[in-house]
Amino acid sequence: MNKGAIKLREELLKGMDAVDMLGLTSKPYKIEVELRGKITRDVVEEISRIKKEPDWMRRLRLRSLELFEKLPMPKWVPGIEEIDLEELAYYVKPEATIAKNWDDLPKEIREYYEKLGIPEAEARFLAGLYAVMDSETVYGRVKDALKEKGIVIMSMDEAVQKDLPILKEYFMRIFPPSDHKFAALHGALWSGGVFMYVPKGVKIPEPIEGFFLIGKAYEGQFEHTLIIADEGSYVNFIEGCSAPRFAGYSFHDGMVELYAHKNAVIKFTTVQNWSRNVINYNNKRAIAESGARVDWFEGSIGSKITVTYPSTILKGEGAVSRSMVVSLSKGPVIKDTGSKMIHLAPRTRSRIVNKTISAGGGVNIYRGLIKIIRGAKYSQADVECDSLIFDDKSKAHTYPHNQVDEPTAQVTHEATTGRLSEPQLFYLQSRGLGEDEAKSLIVLGFLSDILVELPFEYLNVLNRVIQLEFKELGSVG
Amino acid sequence: MQTALKVQNLKVRVGGKEILKGVDLELNYGEIHAVMGPNGSGKSTLAYTIMGREGYEIVEGDILFDGVSIKDLPADERALRGLFLGFQEPPSIPGVRFSTFLIAVINKRMGAPDLTTLKDPKKLREIYNLLNEVGLNRSVLSRELNVGFSGGEKKRSEMLQALLLDPKVIILDEPDSGLDVDGVRKIAEIIKELKAKGKAILLITHYARLFNFVEPDKVTVLVDGKVAATGGPELAHMIEEKGYQVVRQQ
Ligand SMILES: Nc1ncnc2c1ncn2[C@@H]1O[C@H](COP(=O)(O)OP(=O)(O)OP(=O)(O)O)[C@@H](O)[C@H]1O
Ligand SMILES: [Mg+2]
Repeated sequence: MNKGAIKLREELLKGMDAVDMLGLTSKPYKIEVELRGKITRDVVEEISRIKKEPDWMRRLRLRSLELFEKLPMPKWVPGIEEIDLEELAYYVKPEATIAKNWDDLPKEIREYYEKLGIPEAEARFLAGLYAVMDSETVYGRVKDALKEKGIVIMSMDEAVQKDLPILKEYFMRIFPPSDHKFAALHGALWSGGVFMYVPKGVKIPEPIEGFFLIGKAYEGQFEHTLIIADEGSYVNFIEGCSAPRFAGYSFHDGMVELYAHKNAVIKFTTVQNWSRNVINYNNKRAIAESGARVDWFEGSIGSKITVTYPSTILKGEGAVSRSMVVSLSKGPVIKDTGSKMIHLAPRTRSRIVNKTISAGGGVNIYRGLIKIIRGAKYSQADVECDSLIFDDKSKAHTYPHNQVDEPTAQVTHEATTGRLSEPQLFYLQSRGLGEDEAKSLIVLGFLSDILVELPFEYLNVLNRVIQLEFKELGSVG
Repeated sequence: MQTALKVQNLKVRVGGKEILKGVDLELNYGEIHAVMGPNGSGKSTLAYTIMGREGYEIVEGDILFDGVSIKDLPADERALRGLFLGFQEPPSIPGVRFSTFLIAVINKRMGAPDLTTLKDPKKLREIYNLLNEVGLNRSVLSRELNVGFSGGEKKRSEMLQALLLDPKVIILDEPDSGLDVDGVRKIAEIIKELKAKGKAILLITHYARLFNFVEPDKVTVLVDGKVAATGGPELAHMIEEKGYQVVRQQ
């Protein structure tokens, strides 16, 4: 196991109580614009006006709003009843313009990022970084080398303002607003996020990061990330999310759209570490053309409720996708995660590894979909869902769904549910390990096969987040 | 001879039921003290209670280790003070490699802040030597702890740990069960070696088979949670011949 994995396991293990120990308290900072109340046409137009958008985007927003009003509330989604949209500010612009230098940010805002170790990580291993606070991008910088290679990278809002021609072809075409009510809401209210285009054959070895912060209670964050990897290119994107602890709750309804053209590779990593006040719905979808590869990695550590299903549409022959999710639910927390793989072409391959840990009354739900259409000959999908349950109060549910219409396709599914057992704990303790250390070792063992597959940067970032939070950790479970 | 462990009038409740009903026992350094008894007589219960397993509630009596009561200490604390228990049925821990486990345990004892990387490379050599000594293949290190280990491999692994961790008091709960003759002989050799090093050994078994290879200094027979008889090796041989009837009648 590599160093990063080892470090991660230590941090992971020591505790899972996310943001409590971040040392970040919600501090006031200056807000320039804040919109809240009933979500109407006028409001959506107002957002579009503030953002100086081209007309097509304004219309996309309005169409999304209509869909939002029409589409039914998905009943099965946990936490839905806790959200009162009219109570939320759905557009919050902090008083700051996009800085290229940390020193140019207002001190209160800069401090958040410093506590999270973001500037340090940027200096150490990132090729570029975009930081979004509430609804707007407050920091953005990429290494000059990227621009020289013809890579287009900017905040999503800037890309729209500039009306880049390529945008119209992709924006909410991978994940249309008609998909479900919250996709439509996202379409109407989206703000902030990162746009990226990697030209043919260009490979960016170092990762680019987008970091999303919600600064206060009763707001909605709807950032949008779109990455287009042209033929034969390579990009590694890390998304980090965090929020200080505050009274009340906030709502996150972000979206990620990825398009991997022929033989391109996109690795998309999420380190989700919202505070326990955040209800997190995330919409993630990728399209992979022939020979392309899309890898999703998701570390779901924080939040009160998370609903996210990274999905890949394997559209071209020989496309490959992996989705690896580690989800921790400790305490009164619900994680509804899972991955979806839609095989539309021959010889496509997908692999899902979903590992959940439930402790202290936490609930993990796996909801997965494997769909292989007729004609997607010799396609293969492998699913592995493992749950580790710490105590009787905690739960793990698995709802896999397979829809295979191609006789030559193969689907495998493995599921295990392990309980942290008293004999295991006693055995390890009888060798001198403390209770937490014993639990750590068991959790490490549980995650070991996924840890070795995670990209190093992932471990690094995850580690950074967790380190902060688990400094003075208590016992697990 | 110095007393290592003293069990005094030990009454233990497990799952609401009194299992040990007043057990007295004394174990000295450099001594092998055999505990025998039929199935269900409370031998493992005694071992677990000495080691500090949760749910083994001491309702009366005490356990002294080097003259100090340990009955309120958690299991890990007892282990770090020099107590070791070789399990009758070590549980399997999927995902945790044997090597990862050994490194964690060694580092913990050496006070290393990181339990995952071996600080002292000499230890690896030692592990290899011990594997050899107990008759385990090196490949066992990369296997998951006790997962799919044969009965014999489990016992050998327990003995390896007894040697590696260098405890003062070693409780072995049926170290010979599931072993072939060569295995039993090997275990006996190791027990003798530990005795020669001055360790205090509490040797739990219900067969006297092992005693053909290693002679106990003392024998305590448990029946129904009570000490039914005490004596020397001759007691073990008598039980071997005539069964537990002998002590039941006393
Ligand atoms: N958790 C429990 N709840 C109730 N009874 C228990 C529990 N654990 C053990 N017992 C009982 O305690 C008694 C002693 O068990 P113990 O395992 O100590 O016996 P033993 O002498 O080690 O037997 P063996 O030779 O089969 O290993 C048995 O009757 C057993 O059923
Ligand atoms: Mg027993």
